[in-house]
Amino acid sequence: MNLSNHLPILIIALPLLTAFIIPLIGKINKKAPGIFATLTLGISLIFTILVAVKVMTAGAQVYVFGAKSTALTLPSGLQFPIRIIFEIDAMSIFMGLITAIVSFLGALYSLAFIEKEGGLDKYYSLLLLLTVGMFGMELTGDIFNFFVFLEIASIASVALISFRGPQAGEPAEAGFKYMVVSSISALIVLFAIGIFYGQYDVLNFAALAKLIRYSQLDKIALALMVPVLAMKAGAVPMHMWTPDAYSEAPAPITMILVAASQASLYALFRVTFSLYNIQLDTLTVGWIIIVFGLLSMFIGVTMAIIQKDIKRLMAYHAISQTGYMLLGVGVGLAVLNDPVALPKYGLTAMEGGIFHIMNHALYKGLLFLTAGALFYRTGTRDLNSMGGLAHSMKYTTIFFIIGAAAIAGLPPFNGFASKLLIYESVYRFNPLLSIIAMVVSILTLASFVKVFHSAFLGPKLPCFKEVQEVPRSMIFAMAVLSCIIIFFGLFPDVIVKNLVHPAAMSLIEQSKYSAIILGGR
Amino acid sequence: MISNFPFIAVIIFISLGIYTLLFKKNLIKIAIGLCLIENGANLFLIALGYKKEAVAPIYTLAPAGQAMVLPTPQALTLTSIVIGLATTALVLSVAMMVYKHYGTLDTDEVRRLRG
Repeated sequence: MNLSNHLPILIIALPLLTAFIIPLIGKINKKAPGIFATLTLGISLIFTILVAVKVMTAGAQVYVFGAKSTALTLPSGLQFPIRIIFEIDAMSIFMGLITAIVSFLGALYSLAFIEKEGGLDKYYSLLLLLTVGMFGMELTGDIFNFFVFLEIASIASVALISFRGPQAGEPAEAGFKYMVVSSISALIVLFAIGIFYGQYDVLNFAALAKLIRYSQLDKIALALMVPVLAMKAGAVPMHMWTPDAYSEAPAPITMILVAASQASLYALFRVTFSLYNIQLDTLTVGWIIIVFGLLSMFIGVTMAIIQKDIKRLMAYHAISQTGYMLLGVGVGLAVLNDPVALPKYGLTAMEGGIFHIMNHALYKGLLFLTAGALFYRTGTRDLNSMGGLAHSMKYTTIFFIIGAAAIAGLPPFNGFASKLLIYESVYRFNPLLSIIAMVVSILTLASFVKVFHSAFLGPKLPCFKEVQEVPRSMIFAMAVLSCIIIFFGLFPDVIVKNLVHPAAMSLIEQSKYSAIILGGR
Repeated sequence: MISNFPFIAVIIFISLGIYTLLFKKNLIKIAIGLCLIENGANLFLIALGYKKEAVAPIYTLAPAGQAMVLPTPQALTLTSIVIGLATTALVLSVAMMVYKHYGTLDTDEVRRLRG
């Protein structure tokens, strides 16, 4: 048996298995679950990188469950696939890499952050399940399988958001909101799956993409799926759950939740590009996505400026940054049918939008972790009662500056690289959009200057005399993120060429996506 | 016409569920609304695979020459019912936690997070 063929499933199987072993380990030793979970996610990260290298060098990978050979997509000469298939192209593995990095660092950070609380074994097993759900959503090529993983991720994340529910009411409230939102989205996706299955008798994305006729029912399915997936991704006007869930979850979980919302965003792109693509009225749908994006950008940032709770402020910024991704990809979608505009600026806009997904996961993760570090030492999230923390938390201060500069799009950090791609290309599509994006960026900077001033600057406050630097595992997780941010900021061309460009291409070329499973046409 | 009845029931289920979510202010009722939507989606899947005068898709037990209903939607529905059980249990347990801290299930009063 050649194990390297089975890498795609091992990425998921390993955390899934460990998630159910961890409660047993927790009975033996109280500290073991955390270390075990971190190691598992580390191994999963290595597998993801190996698969990514394979995808970059040898093209998209498939993994067929239960077949004689893992690449046998069409057994005994069938015209359509019958088994559950993992289809890993450049876009899937791009998202998979984000998930892997973020969940590994989240677990590492949790080692110290969550140490003092009870129910650690449950915490880590839910964390692993959440990771499994996200990986599954991103790697699967089967639409019902996608629904199952979506539900796994939602259930795990709800339990994690209300992890502090027994002690306080707010986490339970936030968890309830998120549960309602994610159940509705999952059920509507299930309904859409029913519509597809009733018409075409297949559940495979690739086969559906080939068979789809864009009938009235398909339009209904699209109209059902786009809003609910955008809701799960936290775009305005369905963003009401985002600030609550992000601010009440423990900090490392918030970081992973950002990546989980992006998994829904990935699904949105998968549906609009790989499933419908040019059969779609791309200009209209593109503009709808652009308008969603603009609203998210603007409402997110204006709501963020008035916040006093540091994590709530950052959560509103997460909404605003999601707008950039929607803007970039929306412009790409709007000119998808235009053979002149697409290579001229449409592709660059898509690259910017997709690159921003990864950058956002990194710097927003870093910012949430610094907020968690402040909470860990001061016990408050209220910006008005913080102050002078730069004296005692030097490393956290540096990491915060890096994160804030990256989110505001200052060079040489990664936010600058992707925002520049978006500004440049969107300007050629419609100058006004680009100007709004820049204004939002300035407002973002303003709001982070405020946070920096009120939390870190000023004289040392007497109530925080005992405050020290956070434990080593937390510093390490933040340092790794900062290094990646600076690396991406200094060498964006390496990332764009090797990861982002193939990802954008795999979204644009619909026929290639179905050809991976169904053979060349 | 009569074969469309299941789909009409689906519409009724889902619209009742959405109505409950939008207009009811009790957390338990919201949970019931979610259940209604879920039942609607499940019924939709099952109705898709239905065939008149067909038997259950147990291959070895079906009489020869007898038509069977489509098994895939049933498998899908079974999965979705199991997931729905987990969802409902979680929604209700979170509602219990909310009740413990707020002393009420009224959504107008469970509003510490705002702005």
